[in-house]
Amino acid sequence: MADQGLLETDEPLLIARSLSKSYGRIAACRDVSFSLYPGEVLAIVGESGSGKSTLLQMLSGQLAASGGHVSYRMRDGVTRDLASLGEAERRLLFRTDWGFVHQDPAQGLRMAVSAGANVGERLMAVGWNHYGRIRESASDWLTRVEIDVARIDDAPRTYSGGMRQRLQIARNLVTGPRLVFMDEPTGGLDVSVQARLLDLLRNLVAELHLAVVIVTHDLAVARLLSHRVMVMKGGRVIETGLTDQVLDDPREPYTQLLVSSILPP
Amino acid sequence: MTAMIDVANASKTFTMHLQGGIALPVVRGVTFQVQPGECVVLSGPSGAGKSSILKMIFGNYRCDGGRIGIRHRGEVIDLATAEPRQVLNVRRATIGYVSQFLRAVPRVATIDVVAEPLIAGGLNRPDAQARAGELLHRLNIPERLWQLPPATFSGGEQQRVNIARGFIPDLPILLLDEPTASLDAANRAVVVELVAEKKRQGVAMLAIVHDDEIRHLIADRIVDVTSFAAAA
Repeated sequence: MADQGLLETDEPLLIARSLSKSYGRIAACRDVSFSLYPGEVLAIVGESGSGKSTLLQMLSGQLAASGGHVSYRMRDGVTRDLASLGEAERRLLFRTDWGFVHQDPAQGLRMAVSAGANVGERLMAVGWNHYGRIRESASDWLTRVEIDVARIDDAPRTYSGGMRQRLQIARNLVTGPRLVFMDEPTGGLDVSVQARLLDLLRNLVAELHLAVVIVTHDLAVARLLSHRVMVMKGGRVIETGLTDQVLDDPREPYTQLLVSSILPP
Repeated sequence: MTAMIDVANASKTFTMHLQGGIALPVVRGVTFQVQPGECVVLSGPSGAGKSSILKMIFGNYRCDGGRIGIRHRGEVIDLATAEPRQVLNVRRATIGYVSQFLRAVPRVATIDVVAEPLIAGGLNRPDAQARAGELLHRLNIPERLWQLPPATFSGGEQQRVNIARGFIPDLPILLLDEPTASLDAANRAVVVELVAEKKRQGVAMLAIVHDDEIRHLIADRIVDVTSFAAAA
C-alpha cells in the first residue's frame, strides 16, 4: 500500500557503509550497509536484541559506531560523513532536517510545558521569534495531527497516550525535516489508537515526501508504512528487499518464522 | 511490435524452512508474451501456479531463474533482477494489479481508496475523486457508502472497490487475479466492459479467470500453465 510518493532523484539521502558496533566481545550490530533515498520508507524489523535499535542510534548519530560510516546529504547538496560534523552542526541537523520519534512520547516531549510550546520550541530553536506566527504554526500542526486546538495550552501530561504520540510527531515535523527516525512509534498504544496513528503517519509521510527509517517488531506496521524492509537477527541483516516481497515470499528461515508467527487479520 | 510483457524461462521454487527445508517447485520454463491491447488468460487447475506467475510479474514473488521483461517508459526492465526502487517505479508508472481481495487501510473512505492511485500519480484530489465516483457508480456501489471505509462492506462490494482501485489509473499493463470471482451477473458484465475499454486504450492484460463465460468474453489468447508444471 505504501507505493506512493517515491521519487526519481537518484542520489541517496542517507548512506550506511559497513556499520558495526561491539560492546567488548559482543557484536550488537555487524556490517550493515544500505542507501536511503528521499521519500523512501525503510523498516528495520527483528526481535528484541537483534540490533535494530543499536543500528537506529548509530544512523541518527546518537551512538558512535565501532566500525563503518554514516553519511548524509545536507540541504546544500553536499554529502558529509556524520562523524566529521561538529557538535553544533549535528545539533542543527537534529533540530531542522531530522526528526526522531521515540516509542515513549515522554522521551521526545517536555511533559510539563504546553503542547503549543512543545511544537513552537523547535521553531524558536531555528530562530523564529514572532510569537503570533509560532502559535499559528503550532495550531496548524496540532490540527494536522488531529489534536483539538482548544488543547494547545494544556501540557502533554494531561493528554492520552495516542495524543502524546501525535504531539511528538507534530513537534518533529514542524521544521520540515527530510528524514525522520522512528523507534517503535506505535509500540505502547492500544490497537485502535495504533490504527489511527498509522493512518496519520502514512498520509503525512506521503504528503511531505519524508524519508523514514522505522524500527518495529510489528510486521503489520512495516507492511503498511514501508517501501523496503531489512530483517535483522543477531546483529546482522539477514534479508532485505521490497516490503511486500519479503513478507509474501520470505526466503530466510528466520524471516519465514517471523511471517508465519503473525495472527491472520 | 514490442511486447509489454516478455517472460522467458522463468522459474519459481518455494523452500519451506519451517517444514524441514522441503523444496516446493511451483513453475519452471515459463515463457510467453503479452502485446499491447490484448488480454491473455492463464489457464490450468488450482495449484498449477497461475497466481504465482502473476505475482512474479508484479515483483511480489521473487523469480529464481529466467527473465521477466517489462516495457517501462520505453525501455525493457528485467523484474527478475531489478532493484526494489526500480520495481516500485515500474508499479507506479507501468503495472497495475487487481488482487482477489482488498487489503483495506483502516479509516480511509472508499472514495479515497479508489482515488489514491490517481492522486499518487499527481492528479488533484477533486478530479481524482470525481473519476473515482464515476467508476464506483458504474460498479454499482451506492453513493451513500463512498464516505465509509470499505472494511465493513460485503465481500462482493469490497471486490468491486478493489476493481475500481485497480482499473482507475491509466497504466499500460494490468494484471487481474480473478476479478469477477464474487460478483453477480450485472457486475461481471461491467468488468467485461472495463476490460474491453482497456484493450481499446492499448493496455496489455494478463488475467486469471475461472468463469468460462467471462474467459470467453475477455480472452484474446489462452496460455496453459500446466505446460510450465515444475517436476516435483
